[in-house]
Amino acid sequence: MPNPTTPAIATRPRAITIAVLAMGGEGGGVLADWVVDLAEHSGYCAQATSVPGVAQRTGATIYYIELFPEAVAQATGKEPVLALMPVPGEVEVVIASELMEAGRAIQRGLVTPDRTTLIASTHRVYSMTEKTATEDGRVEAAKLIEGCNQAAKKAVLRNFARMASEQHSVISSVLFGALAGTGALPFPKEQFEEAIRRSGIGVNASLAAFAAGVEAVGRTEPRDSEPAPQVANPASGPKVSPLVTRLASEFPAMSHDILRAGITRLADYQDERYACEYLDRLAGIRDLDAKFGDGQCRLLRETGRSLAVWMTYEDAVRVADLKTRRARFDRINHETGTEPEQLLQIHEFLYPRIEEITDILPKKLGRWLRTNRSARRFLVRVAEHGRVVQTTSLRGFLQLYFLASLRKWRRRSLRFFDEQQRIEQWLARIRDLSKEDYYLAVEVSEFPRVLRGYGDTSIRGRKNFDAMMAALPNVLQKPDAPQRLKKLREAALADETGQKLIVALREVTA
Amino acid sequence: MAERQFKKEVQKLYLGAGQEFRGEGILAVTKALLQSGVSYVAGYQGAPISHLMDVLTDANDILEDLGVHFEHSASEATAAATMAASVNYPLRGAVTFKSTVGTNVASDALANLASGGVTGGALIIVGEDYGEGSSIMQERSHAFAMKSQMWLMDPRPNLPSIVEAVEQGFALSEASNTPVMLELRIRACHVHGRFIAKDNVRPPFTLKDAIEKPSRDATRIVLPPGSFLHEKEKIQKRWPAAIKFIRENKLNEVFADGKQECGVILQGGMYNTTIRSLELLGLSDAFGESEIPLLVLNVTYPLVDGEIEKFCAHKKAVLMIEEGQPAFLEQNLHAILRQAGLQTKVHGKDLLPMAGEYTGAAVLCGLVKFIEEYAPRLIDPEHLPSAARAVPPAEKALRLVESHVHPRPPSFCTGCPERPIFTAMKLVERELGQHHVSCDIGCHLFSILPPFNLGATTMGYGLGWAGAAAFHTKETGKRTISIMGDGGFWHNGLTSGVGNAVFNQNDSVLVVIDNAYTAATGGQDILSSKATNPIRTTQLSIADAVRGVGVKWVRTITRTYDVVAMRDTLKEALTTDEKGPKVIVAQSECTLNKQRRLKPRMQKLAQEGQRVVREKFGVDADVCTGDHSCIRLSGCPSLTIAPNPDPLRKDPVATVIESCVGCGLCGEVAHAARLCPSFYRAEVITNPGTWERWRMRGRRAVIDYLQQRMERRLATVAM
Repeated sequence: MPNPTTPAIATRPRAITIAVLAMGGEGGGVLADWVVDLAEHSGYCAQATSVPGVAQRTGATIYYIELFPEAVAQATGKEPVLALMPVPGEVEVVIASELMEAGRAIQRGLVTPDRTTLIASTHRVYSMTEKTATEDGRVEAAKLIEGCNQAAKKAVLRNFARMASEQHSVISSVLFGALAGTGALPFPKEQFEEAIRRSGIGVNASLAAFAAGVEAVGRTEPRDSEPAPQVANPASGPKVSPLVTRLASEFPAMSHDILRAGITRLADYQDERYACEYLDRLAGIRDLDAKFGDGQCRLLRETGRSLAVWMTYEDAVRVADLKTRRARFDRINHETGTEPEQLLQIHEFLYPRIEEITDILPKKLGRWLRTNRSARRFLVRVAEHGRVVQTTSLRGFLQLYFLASLRKWRRRSLRFFDEQQRIEQWLARIRDLSKEDYYLAVEVSEFPRVLRGYGDTSIRGRKNFDAMMAALPNVLQKPDAPQRLKKLREAALADETGQKLIVALREVTA
Repeated sequence: MAERQFKKEVQKLYLGAGQEFRGEGILAVTKALLQSGVSYVAGYQGAPISHLMDVLTDANDILEDLGVHFEHSASEATAAATMAASVNYPLRGAVTFKSTVGTNVASDALANLASGGVTGGALIIVGEDYGEGSSIMQERSHAFAMKSQMWLMDPRPNLPSIVEAVEQGFALSEASNTPVMLELRIRACHVHGRFIAKDNVRPPFTLKDAIEKPSRDATRIVLPPGSFLHEKEKIQKRWPAAIKFIRENKLNEVFADGKQECGVILQGGMYNTTIRSLELLGLSDAFGESEIPLLVLNVTYPLVDGEIEKFCAHKKAVLMIEEGQPAFLEQNLHAILRQAGLQTKVHGKDLLPMAGEYTGAAVLCGLVKFIEEYAPRLIDPEHLPSAARAVPPAEKALRLVESHVHPRPPSFCTGCPERPIFTAMKLVERELGQHHVSCDIGCHLFSILPPFNLGATTMGYGLGWAGAAAFHTKETGKRTISIMGDGGFWHNGLTSGVGNAVFNQNDSVLVVIDNAYTAATGGQDILSSKATNPIRTTQLSIADAVRGVGVKWVRTITRTYDVVAMRDTLKEALTTDEKGPKVIVAQSECTLNKQRRLKPRMQKLAQEGQRVVREKFGVDADVCTGDHSCIRLSGCPSLTIAPNPDPLRKDPVATVIESCVGCGLCGEVAHAARLCPSFYRAEVITNPGTWERWRMRGRRAVIDYLQQRMERRLATVAM
């Protein structure tokens, strides 16, 4: 009786099955065409299908290919019956053009440990859910990679997208190379290359990318899909060096990476004196951390992080400073691939609001402009409209250069005064709290994360921050107070309208 | 001009008898039409038969050589009505559209056609958009065949079978004076395969013959008493003629009969999936040599009672593999066996899923249950293929990835001109609050998904404004917004939406999205397309058409990327004191088509030494604070996130990736929504003019000097 376990069945010729998971516009169709052409020129019959339709418009698409040896078919005098869609658990090769698509292949049961060679690019094309999150909505790439390694018989996980971009080609060529490199198909590498040549479009670039793909299979790559940013500090300049020395001698080693980044940032933003004030402010926190903390320096680290970002608040001066730097010009030059004989022009989209103008004016003038109705109306009329400034033109550059040079007067500005006051209040709160409940203070040290953005976003952030600080007394006596505070912060970051924070405030103080 | 070009592939249509054809299913169907001596072909594009229309367009010269007339019909109803040519004359004709949506639109004409019957072969090729990747409601074309009594073919999904079905379809139609529907599932349309070609046939009786010597037969017209006669004729003449043809030509196939006391009856389209399942169970080889008897219904309507009775007569049970519901075939099977007094047990939807696509795994599991019941010795329950096992083989990996895989629905392309329209609507929503939004069919329907989340209903192609007809009351001054694409507008929206609103003195707002093509179906031309098309009339104005039916308030936005203009026009339409229907025509070319047109031209110009400007947007990572409001107002695939390069910040920053086409929306949004100063536009100028180069050199000298001063300060901070 026929039985799947009997050798007769196991050795029966069966089709080679290949599934390609790609997103519309990534060249999944081209890859499928190459495989078909390759097979048909190598003594195999090929059948390929896909479901394009609206999925073409950037959605996830599966291309499915089956190959069957022509000689076997001719020996029987019959045509093989090939399937039009993959059966879970029966796919020899799965190619995924992106990491989450590889996850989708696993989810659909296409990748199995007994059979499947999985070739997947480890780069991420973020989903709409990940992109539109108000904070960090990214899924854990490491989990997906681990899933790939567990599900597949052989997993070839590389950043194929990067290779494609290095070769000025598309990912399909690199993936085709990786397919050749794995030896999962019974065809020599040269046949693959012939298929690319026969297709006749962008042959040289495709062949180079193909070679990179072949080569990548043999190389083991560190798991570097999207490494978390390491706090790597550049060497300090002469004016900052003394502060770094002070940091080394006065602060615990565990806080050095963050605090050093803080010093650099502050000196870059204003001057070394400002960076010095930063360390002065943290000295008190350091002592409290040593006294009440658990040796992990969490309070010092988080306060150091928040304080550095807060003290370098985004004002028009800062934006102008960053936008006029040479490093930025060089970066854009590189990113756009501008050749020496080409010209690069950079246009900024700026929308100065009255608050942003009064922010950088001297304290008294700024206040007067903010409160005097007719002055305000006048300023709105002349200044408040969207403008495009060409930084690569003389006029545009000089405008921004002048604005950036106001850095020297920043200490006298309205915003500077306001922010320092608010910072001091916040620090005082942390100091007081750390004596009562260290972990509560750690939570409060992370509050400034809600202060971000420009214009409306910034105003809303400030409002949220104030609401959270105001809620503190009501939360302190509650059980799990740190968790409650964390919930508040997350709610404040989670939506644009502030509704979630209002709900969370009600829940947390209840 | 359509998205996909078949200029090279259509050469395969010239293949003669005995030559091997290799290519896509759709192209094979075209070849089969020419081999069948077809006189005219018409249709309306839509997945999965869009490519059929595109192939025919590119093959127009070949068609003309053979005396074949090809039309892009205004709608599926037009296409179906075109078949009137086969009523009085021995002209073979074919029409094609997406089903069931196209069949819905066509059904008035189809019912009239089927009532009077045909003289020449009439073939309706329906692309069944069912299951994975489908963009429409999940229904069956089968019901249309039953209600109008047209015959329905569902051939095995390989090229030789499909080609044969086309040829036999015409013959069946002529033998029974009945239009025949040929159902092709989405994967069969796109399957790459091969078949041995025949010579193309020039129709023996041509359109010219018909036009020059008209003839008529009033009894073929649906008007009493003819219509009563037709119904009787369907049953007494046409049905038996069809049954006779199907039997004599063995359109349905029986395999491995007598091997077991049970068997499987299946739709032809399910054949490959069924064979693969049997193969995995060790009950078939790779060539379809099955151990289980199979009755393959290449004609699924009508069923031939005698064939069913014969197949079931000595069997204990049969399994009906019938994709889709209601289970018309299974019910029919019960009736046939009952009337014949056969006790064969019928299984189907009890072992297979009641609803949803019959995937490989679904059919496999159903077959396992059936065989375990009726031929248990054939399979070993301990060694089932993994898809039929209770625990999936990579269960742990499944659990690892499950919460890390998000759905990835289709969305607006990079640079899509429709995106800014919805960005503007989002901005209006901030100011005026939410409005009821009635959607239509087309790429613009992606507005219902994040990040826009705009739109409450869609009632069908061109029915966007009709879908808001009820929201018309004097009790509120608030207006509704309806959306319609240019494709839907010309398909029927001009009458069903615009005419209706004018006639009923509606006071709501319609946005017609005019991107110069039926973009969602693959960029085919329509009346308002900007391009010149040698075989079609284009460049007609939607605004003129709207005014022509009596709309007074019409505004045209000629650049949708101008978000401020778009927003202000929408606001005006929603708040103006002027009563009556308001129409905004929002025009900008579909970016897919535009890029395809522009890219090669720009490359050529650059190579020729001409001045060419390439634009790309960017985000300054150190200025971006990572709250992603720009993304929530755009959703552009090229505007995404990246790890924050700032060691002191945690949230990812916005970034613009290489694929950006510089459409300008990012900058417009930054201004219109007063977002943040992170965005910049980079212009890379190839082959700049001499003056331009000198001016740039001068600027650079000054900028370099000032940047050096800045660098000196920064060098004291970090090196």
